[in-house]
Amino acid sequence: MHFGQGPAGTHVPGLSQARMVKIEQDILGYNNGFAAENRAYFAENGVLALNLVSSPGSGKTTLLCRTAVDLKSRFPVSVIEGDQQTSNDADRIRETGVPALQVNTGKGCHLDAHMVGRAVEKLGPAEDSVLFIENVGNLVCPAGFDLGEAAKVVILSVTEGEDKPIKYPDMFAAAEVMILNKVDLLPYLTFDVERSIAYARKINPQIDVLKVSATSGEGLDGWYQWIDKKRTAVLSERIAALEAKLASVRNRLASH
Amino acid sequence: MHEMSLTEGILRVLEEQAAVHGFARVKTVWLEIGELSPVDPEALQFCFEAIRIGTLAEEAKMEIVRVPGQALCIDCGKQVHLVHRFASCPDCGGEKLQVSGGDEMRIKELEVE
Repeated sequence: MHFGQGPAGTHVPGLSQARMVKIEQDILGYNNGFAAENRAYFAENGVLALNLVSSPGSGKTTLLCRTAVDLKSRFPVSVIEGDQQTSNDADRIRETGVPALQVNTGKGCHLDAHMVGRAVEKLGPAEDSVLFIENVGNLVCPAGFDLGEAAKVVILSVTEGEDKPIKYPDMFAAAEVMILNKVDLLPYLTFDVERSIAYARKINPQIDVLKVSATSGEGLDGWYQWIDKKRTAVLSERIAALEAKLASVRNRLASH
Repeated sequence: MHEMSLTEGILRVLEEQAAVHGFARVKTVWLEIGELSPVDPEALQFCFEAIRIGTLAEEAKMEIVRVPGQALCIDCGKQVHLVHRFASCPDCGGEKLQVSGGDEMRIKELEVE
């Protein structure tokens, strides 16, 4: 509370300098500017960037460790880890032999595009590689923040409630694929897989669904095929862009 | 509290606009917040009041205009009003709805001096 250090508030009619300014700016404009820069960098370098989001404890890091081990011989993989505190997750990833960088958000509840941009600068993902960005475990806030990724991947483990998609609709609306993790535990649980998928499709009719267990390895082939499909799309776009560039250089020479 | 980072974003825009349009104080900020956007207007108001102290928006009012949620029902093909992302089509009860509007979060206009 303050007691009037501001203007005295003596208004003379007709002399007010108040005016209107139309600005029409997106509240997330500042973040989206950095996201666009990240996206341009990823496109130029053929990097498939995936933003992994979930509640804490869904098994994101375990899934990433397993994915890193299984895919690192096929193409370069790197990881950005977002957590409020500690470098535990990046340490776990690095043990698999894959480069990883920890971003601590401190009090923050999500990664933003600026943090990711700085992390990418430090990490320097290889050309034509796959970059996994593990967001802060939180099904609310990361939904609204574009990091420049190709897709958001939402992970829901079957030890959680099957109604998470309708409890946290924004996240499931923003994701391109839902991974149902820990399916090896289904025999011991009452989780209704079909109902959970129906809830997710109610929020997002187009969402892909993959059922996996990062521990037993069940269903991981489907996940890797999904990554391959996305990586092919990124690399095809890069090839098209490079061919267009090559053609323009050729044309310049021909018209010389 | 992502409303806090959104509010910081709003303040940043106000400061940029002050430099562009040459004003010293913001009296009112009009926002357009869609019904389906991932932001809670009350939390936004609360954060704004906490964060504006000592800034050019110290005495600014925040006016929030709600934009109705809109969706295309894949079953009946109609544009319908959607209150929640998990609502069914109010017309045919269809469950597959493609959001087509009402997820915006925009700063529309300022009253400044």
